Amino acid sequence: MKRFFKINRQIRNSFHKRWMLLSLILVVAMPIVLGVGLYIKSAMLLEQTSLIKLLFSKEWKPMQGLFGLWPFIVSSLWVTILALLIAGPICLLAAIYMTQYTKKYFLRMMHPVIDILAGIPSVVYGVWGVIVVVPLVSNHLAPFFNTQSSGYSILTGAIVLAVMIIPFILNILIEVFRNIPDQLTEASLSLGATHWETVKHVLVRKAFPGIVSAFGLGISRAFGETIAVLMVVGNVTQIPKGIFQPGYPLPALIANNYGEMLSIPLYDSALMLSALVLFVVVLLFNFASRVAIIKLERHT
Amino acid sequence: MRKFFKILEERIFQGLMILATYGIAVVLLIIIISILIKGLPSLSWEMLSQTPKGGFYFGKEGGILNAIIGSLYLAFGSTLLALLIGLPVALYMNIHLLNRRKLVNTIRFLLDLLWGVPSIVYGAFGFSVMIFLGMRNSLLAGIITITLFIIPIMIRAIDEVLKSVPKGLLEASLSLGSTRSETAYRVFVKQCIPGIITAVLLAFGRGIGDAAAVLFTTGYTDYIPTSLSHPTASLPLAIFFQLSSPVPEVKDRAYASALVLTTIILIISILSRILSRRFQKNKINF
Repeated sequence: MKRFFKINRQIRNSFHKRWMLLSLILVVAMPIVLGVGLYIKSAMLLEQTSLIKLLFSKEWKPMQGLFGLWPFIVSSLWVTILALLIAGPICLLAAIYMTQYTKKYFLRMMHPVIDILAGIPSVVYGVWGVIVVVPLVSNHLAPFFNTQSSGYSILTGAIVLAVMIIPFILNILIEVFRNIPDQLTEASLSLGATHWETVKHVLVRKAFPGIVSAFGLGISRAFGETIAVLMVVGNVTQIPKGIFQPGYPLPALIANNYGEMLSIPLYDSALMLSALVLFVVVLLFNFASRVAIIKLERHT
Repeated sequence: MRKFFKILEERIFQGLMILATYGIAVVLLIIIISILIKGLPSLSWEMLSQTPKGGFYFGKEGGILNAIIGSLYLAFGSTLLALLIGLPVALYMNIHLLNRRKLVNTIRFLLDLLWGVPSIVYGAFGFSVMIFLGMRNSLLAGIITITLFIIPIMIRAIDEVLKSVPKGLLEASLSLGSTRSETAYRVFVKQCIPGIITAVLLAFGRGIGDAAAVLFTTGYTDYIPTSLSHPTASLPLAIFFQLSSPVPEVKDRAYASALVLTTIILIISILSRILSRRFQKNKINF
């Protein structure tokens, strides 16, 4: 009996070990499978037209077989960069305030706020955008800048996106600032620098790679965000000329056209190519930012 | 004079910092309050307890029960599946591969990369695999797609907790004669249960709230699915479709549905805090 029990344990151990290993291989293979799968689907279109032409052509006429992604890429860039311009400074200031100027309990109090903000589903952000931000832009911001806007615009998308990436960037920045050794700031303060001077010349300089990579991760998060942006950005196929004009970012293009894509030849191929572009861009940004963070951690 | 400017600069930036910090909290309040104001008036028991009836999409009676149940199915199914794959991976990384730090760090790096991949990419990928296999829009396809999407999140979240377990615990357990898998599931899991619960609920919240991954794969239906091969509705999509309707009553229902989804997310968030605190006492303190 005892002997049987022992064997049983060994079998169980090896079963678990195999299952663990199998799962691990599955997970590690996932990005490769993702990339290859998307590439195979988009290869049909790539055989017809060159990648450069697809990426930089302005003609989006699926019925005629013209799939220029440039208007969508430009819209994506506009929305993403604008969102970072709004969210970046706010996150930086808030992170410095919470790690340098306040007691520990304040950060503990703010943590649930950040967590809930990070947990709110993007479709709810979209609804909020429609209820609050769209009227704000069309009734207040656009008249203020002497233009007209329906409210469904690049700027609206960027504001909603900014709020969505704030908790994400903020969490990383708090981590970065916490890892800066206290001795550095203490030394600066004891030399007679004011609090702000210490922040400006010591803390931010020391944390600079971390800040850049936090922003990089924020960009990659914003670049792929779909539903919330789709709901407020207007979705007009054009190259936007200003922030009060509607745009049509890449993720919105994919999400909006899944229904009709099987009825037009090569349409699905074009959409999978946009998914591939998203995938590659996000991976690259993530890669660069993570490498920068790891380097920073090694230094401190 | 220079001192004056110095102090002025200090004050200005301190003001800006306070503004930014409280601004974030205020934005959260605005989001919740605006959803409440818009959603509460059209929220009714009828809406929560009925599936759509004829003419629902023109503002007639019915509810979003199909979407609520569908979303719960999707989230439960995918969280379970992700846990089944994710927990072993996290344990393997921290117990079996403990002495191969370079490999583990590479895997971590890979998972961090995957964490950032937008859900629409998973959705598009899931859709093309589905077509390739000849499957139709179904609950199963949705569950699998969401699982792919939340696995990296779950593994990294569990991994962060397991990482903090001191090596001594592993050594003690092994030297008492337990196998590695027993150590993993009986000792490490017990020690880290608060963190694991948080990770699972985090993944659950992601799963229930994500629209882009299920947009392609689950389809949409007015009925509650009774098998894995049926298409299913989900809350995020219900909100999305209703909001794009021109009928005001339907739009109001979208706000109410958004309120339901937000409430679910808030409940999950509170639950994870309570549960992880409750299980904290099983932990061995070092």
